[in-house]
Amino acid sequence: MNEPYVPVLFMLGLGFVFAAGSVGTSLVVGPKRYNRAKLEAYECGIQPSPQASGGGRVPIKYYLTAMLFIIFDVESIFLYPFAVAFNQLGLFALIEMVLFVLTVFVAYAYVWRRGGLDWA
Amino acid sequence: MSLHLLVDQAMTAHPAASALVTALPAATENPSADFSDTPWWLALLKAVAVFVYLLVSTLLVIWFERRVIGRMQQRPGPNRNGPFGLLQTLADGAKSMLKEDITPDKADKLIYTLAPLITATMAFVAFSIIPLGGTVSIFGHTTPLQVTDVPVSVLLVLAVASVGIYGVVLAGWSSGSTYPLLGGLRATAQMISYEIAMGLSLVAIFLYSGSMSTSQIVAAQSSLWYIAPAFFSFAVYVITMVGETNRLPFDLAEGEGELTGGFHTEYSSMRFAMFFLGEYVNMFTVSALATTMFLGGWKAPPFIAAINDGMFNGGWWGLLWFTGKMWSFLFVFVWLRGSLPRTRYDQFMRFGWKFLIPITLAWVVAVAFIRGAQLGFLGDSRIQLFGRFEIGVATLTIVGVVAVIALAGAWIWDDKRAARLEAADVAPPDEIDPFAGGYPVPPLPGQRLREPGSQPGTLIETAPGSKEPVLSGSSSTGGGTTVVKEETHG
Repeated sequence: MNEPYVPVLFMLGLGFVFAAGSVGTSLVVGPKRYNRAKLEAYECGIQPSPQASGGGRVPIKYYLTAMLFIIFDVESIFLYPFAVAFNQLGLFALIEMVLFVLTVFVAYAYVWRRGGLDWA
Repeated sequence: MSLHLLVDQAMTAHPAASALVTALPAATENPSADFSDTPWWLALLKAVAVFVYLLVSTLLVIWFERRVIGRMQQRPGPNRNGPFGLLQTLADGAKSMLKEDITPDKADKLIYTLAPLITATMAFVAFSIIPLGGTVSIFGHTTPLQVTDVPVSVLLVLAVASVGIYGVVLAGWSSGSTYPLLGGLRATAQMISYEIAMGLSLVAIFLYSGSMSTSQIVAAQSSLWYIAPAFFSFAVYVITMVGETNRLPFDLAEGEGELTGGFHTEYSSMRFAMFFLGEYVNMFTVSALATTMFLGGWKAPPFIAAINDGMFNGGWWGLLWFTGKMWSFLFVFVWLRGSLPRTRYDQFMRFGWKFLIPITLAWVVAVAFIRGAQLGFLGDSRIQLFGRFEIGVATLTIVGVVAVIALAGAWIWDDKRAARLEAADVAPPDEIDPFAGGYPVPPLPGQRLREPGSQPGTLIETAPGSKEPVLSGSSSTGGGTTVVKEETHG
């Protein structure tokens, strides 16, 4: 195989066919008995609390976490090629990397001090 | 390749670097596994084989988990279906297929159906780059026991894991119900938070292996498993892999006591089973990655590898060692579930963001310096240690500096913790009013109970209008407590 990514697609296809096949089979084989209570949102048997359309409002913390995730994920993505090519890059890249990590650490310290990492 | 580009840029930017590049051998960026003699049908056959391997392993591990947890809880566990209850999972699967598949009225129908499919499909994909064994001959073709390998294999695993999170998010969002929404949000925040620390912990491995291809990483570990030089990365990885797979003690996304079932509360029948399957296959994936990155992959353990000139250290034998190592991680998963209670969500997030991420970053920098010293970037002078071992001065210096920083950090941390414990240790008052909070509170050993109204002077009115006098006994209302103490003792 000259194309190393094609077997990944084989795996993707197999997984999808299996998942869709099992869900489809259960739709055909399983029973269908209408009951209004079954179709309501599950809240341990009480009347479901009303929900705003589109999911309503969620705490801002989750948004903040997602933003911080992007910062640090990009940081680790930058560290990967550096780590892989470390043998060839030499001392220059080592110093560059330390400076880069320090720069991100400044942002990290700022977020910490402003309470961006507190979850309470 | 972007790597070549990077190297080229470094060479043009820095003449000294170009001299180094020519001096050192070219990095083995390409996979060391050879797929040139693998026709497409053989690749498909291997994909099917890995798929079946995963399905059978999942059937077994669910049985294994329930049996082991049963043992840990002094009960037999499932033992009715088949020998030793081995067919229990199969029976559960068939039963789940024959149940009604419910889509709630408020659900977004398309996304609601798609979410479990995404989770289950993506769980399988990551396994395609895991090397399961050495090179073997199948139907006259020489091929490695690995579906495929690419120069950025590990990145592919992380990417696929990220796409798998979509299944969880979308399931929570599309159910149109409160518990799944909360559980989905929690699961997302949890998985992305721990993915950072997981990604960073692997940087140390790439520094040692000089490659992200899994077959190359396994080949580079033939003399020494990376668990030894990157022991801290291993610890971080094992913690984060439990957080990534939403397993106890980090199963906050589906904490039964709080969220009934989390993101999959509304799911039933096979669509629920797909989430279940996805979770267990993900457990295998992270365990397989841990095996590949830290425990030498499919290579035999050192003592067995030495037998008869590597007789058991290649070909089909690799499958045995790989499976054994992977299952030891699965036992750890089960063991954790049997031993530990669930953590609190804010503690879990604090641990991830305020401890794991900074300390892993610091560790990566330390490993970069150690590696740089080994490669001679920081000078080539060497000294004799104990008259026997020859070791680089730079290596010795950096290991010493890292050790001193780690020790100093541990000492300061311990000091602060002791101070905090001391500050928190406030002696309880001698007398308490058992009904101060509105409900009865038993006294601590040595404390006296106070009859309401017996000593009016020591009781404090919380509000002018309240009928019952209330003693404020907690330290949060510091003023009230001091008044009581002064009057009691003085």
